[in-house]
Amino acid sequence: MPQYNLQVNGRAVSVESWDPSQPLLYVLRNSLALNGPKFGCGLSQCGACTVLIDGKAARSCVTPVSQAVGHKITTLEGLGTSEKPDPVQAAFIAEQAAQCGYCTNGMIMAAKSLLNETPKPTLEQVKQALAGNLCRCGTHTRILAAVLRAAKA
Amino acid sequence: MLTQRAPAQQATVKPIDVNQVDSFLAFRSDNTVVIYTSKVDVGTGLRIAMRQMVAEELDVPVDRISLVEGDTSTTPDQGGTGGSTGITRGGVEIRQAAATARQALLKLGAEQLNRAAADLTIANGQVRPANGGSGIELGKLVGGRLLSLKVDAKAPLKDPTRYALVGRPLPRPDVPGKCSGQHAYVQDLRLPGMLHGRVIRPPAIGARLQSVDETSIRGIPNVRVVRIENFLGVVAPDEWAAVRAARELKATWSPWEGLPGNDGLERTVREGPLDRDQELVKHGDPSTPLPPGAKQFSANYQWPFQSHASLAPSCAIADVRADATTVWTATQGTHGLRSSLSKIFSIPEEKLRVIYMDGSGSYGGNGNDDVAADAVLLSRAVNQPVRVQWMRHDEHGWDPKGPAQFLDLKGAIDGEGRIHSWETQMWLPASLPGARPFLGVDGAGLTQPHGQGAGQISQNGDPPYAASNVRVLVHWMKQSPLRISNLRAPGKIANAFAVESFVDEFASAARVDPVEYRLRGLSDPRAIEVVKRAADMFGWQSRPSPNPRSGQGSIAVGRGCAYVKYKQAENYIAMAMEVAVDRSSGNVSVRRVTCAHDCGLVINADSLRNQIEGSIIQTLSRALHEEVKFDRSRVSSTDWASYPILRFPEVPAIEVALIDRPTLPPLGAGEASTAPVAGALANAIFDATGVRLRAAPFTSQRVRAALVRS
Repeated sequence: MPQYNLQVNGRAVSVESWDPSQPLLYVLRNSLALNGPKFGCGLSQCGACTVLIDGKAARSCVTPVSQAVGHKITTLEGLGTSEKPDPVQAAFIAEQAAQCGYCTNGMIMAAKSLLNETPKPTLEQVKQALAGNLCRCGTHTRILAAVLRAAKA
Repeated sequence: MLTQRAPAQQATVKPIDVNQVDSFLAFRSDNTVVIYTSKVDVGTGLRIAMRQMVAEELDVPVDRISLVEGDTSTTPDQGGTGGSTGITRGGVEIRQAAATARQALLKLGAEQLNRAAADLTIANGQVRPANGGSGIELGKLVGGRLLSLKVDAKAPLKDPTRYALVGRPLPRPDVPGKCSGQHAYVQDLRLPGMLHGRVIRPPAIGARLQSVDETSIRGIPNVRVVRIENFLGVVAPDEWAAVRAARELKATWSPWEGLPGNDGLERTVREGPLDRDQELVKHGDPSTPLPPGAKQFSANYQWPFQSHASLAPSCAIADVRADATTVWTATQGTHGLRSSLSKIFSIPEEKLRVIYMDGSGSYGGNGNDDVAADAVLLSRAVNQPVRVQWMRHDEHGWDPKGPAQFLDLKGAIDGEGRIHSWETQMWLPASLPGARPFLGVDGAGLTQPHGQGAGQISQNGDPPYAASNVRVLVHWMKQSPLRISNLRAPGKIANAFAVESFVDEFASAARVDPVEYRLRGLSDPRAIEVVKRAADMFGWQSRPSPNPRSGQGSIAVGRGCAYVKYKQAENYIAMAMEVAVDRSSGNVSVRRVTCAHDCGLVINADSLRNQIEGSIIQTLSRALHEEVKFDRSRVSSTDWASYPILRFPEVPAIEVALIDRPTLPPLGAGEASTAPVAGALANAIFDATGVRLRAAPFTSQRVRAALVRS
């Protein structure tokens, strides 16, 4: 079975896939036990699967594993843990910016990508940057507050 | 971090009967306390609220309390999660068990410490003399034994004026894990030997499976096809193989057309067979002759079928074995699910264990029960544990829906603008006895009940304001073209939309400010308080609607309000909203929302706010965007493009005032604040444009068309 050498959360890993078009999402979750990225639609419509590829938000549900080779992949787990959260995670925790939490991965990763490019975004810029991330519980107000809080940190 | 899983070992058999303290609480020898409840969190914060309530009664630190939710083997059946009963029933029952336990612990401590129980207190998880001196840890006092005590309804509760924890905005224990990828969702569970399953549903709801061509997926490794009559699924050790196999497997189905389609729905509802008519409310006589100067009104309102649209498509894992079956699921009703599956699959209840794990928010009965049955069918067929993950088109297409609602309202006001008469007629699907049928079970040709129900959908169809001569009549329909379930605040969002819009028409015709009009019709001080608070926070300027200064250009600005007493008996909620309507595109932008909320005793102010903000945003989404589309054969809105929900650029500024009444019982607040949203929004759109929208969702096409017509 073909092997793919990936760089995930700062470590070199090798995964098998019978299909080069297998989305990275399934590989991360099933081969590497990284459950941060979530299956929400598989259609690149909701953002629950968001990871960083070379520091930029990418939808792992439509990124073939073969295309992820040679790039730096970061998942939510790569940012920090609940005991040692990174500044964006810490901001989300401080604002209690989650209800069911299923969208939270996508929100944090998209926020991280935004802040990598725009360290001090306006509220409007945050709203636009997260426009492609869906939240069904309606936690939007707190998510916006968390991103702005992280930007100040 | 304490987890929510059931503890691995039990020294003695734990009871689950709701009359026993030991069913709800366990005191471990390591000084921790475990709460057992069938009420599940689903993102509401119930799991911190319950801890606070128990910690308060026992004086045990919150972080020494863990919670087991929704495990049919270990948690007593307090009913499923829904109907705003998590705290009101679940938390209150457990609080009483904790109060009972407190008295028993003081007695045990008295024996150990050789003091009178009246001289003792509990502080920081220790029974000790109230005047100081050394005490004994609860872990040592009870140490894993059962208390063997019945819950005492008369056990004294802590005086609310001495609350140290209840009411405070303590952080929720699951949030850090949700922010780091460490929180365990049902989607994350993996078992040894587990296969991944996908179900292939037909292209038309009533279609029969005619043929399956397994050679069509011969290139995909290790896939097994499972066919049971019209139930078709695939399993594979590799998840992607299952996804591709489900997508590529060639199957032919019979044609089927049995739905009216969106365009045919209203006729189906108004002309279809009725189960019965029911007069829900009658005071006075709406046919009383009108006084001089009276004005008459009539208007018809509509609400479409809507989906729970859960962010995560439903997922369940079933491990069916000869001696025992376990199902892991995010269902809101673990005990009901066990009961149904037990009967359908002839598995004795004591051999069937249903264990709740968080999924995404569900807001009622989404696809979670159906996917559990799918998993049982597949696991049973292949004799291995099977995880079934619905795809996006499965969840949007097949989840049971919030029902479509039609309301015809007639009313009249007298010369002073007071409500003289009011009649609401509603068309709603009847509740038929028995559980809702599982899709997979019907597909597989097994016997099951075909019940129907969407919760208490007929409530709040009458105005909460003084009105002589009021009648509410429900036409209960035998059938619903789409399967229904209880979607958040069942029925009440549409009913309150109609009522609050209609009252707003009266106010406008009487040339009275809408807030003032409502206050004139209210005498309950709690109602008056929320209306005034919401208006004050908004900076509401008193004047009749529509706005004489809405703006001449392309943007029309307006404000609207609404008030609801939830279920006419529970929470008091008032809301005010400002909108900007783009006259040329019809786009409605909600700029800000204020909300005043009174639910009695507040347990956790922060998670309560989270629920209210969430209710407002979610319901704005439903009122502005959401409508299930279906043709003659199937639901066609099967992804986020065809079933859009509100996005970040549309989020308004939201201000919430919580009114805390510590001496009153706590009411549930997971859904009540959804009820006034659509009415406030429609009233704001009227204020901005002079146009009444009576059919949700208020899409930009509908708004534009209404503006053109006016």
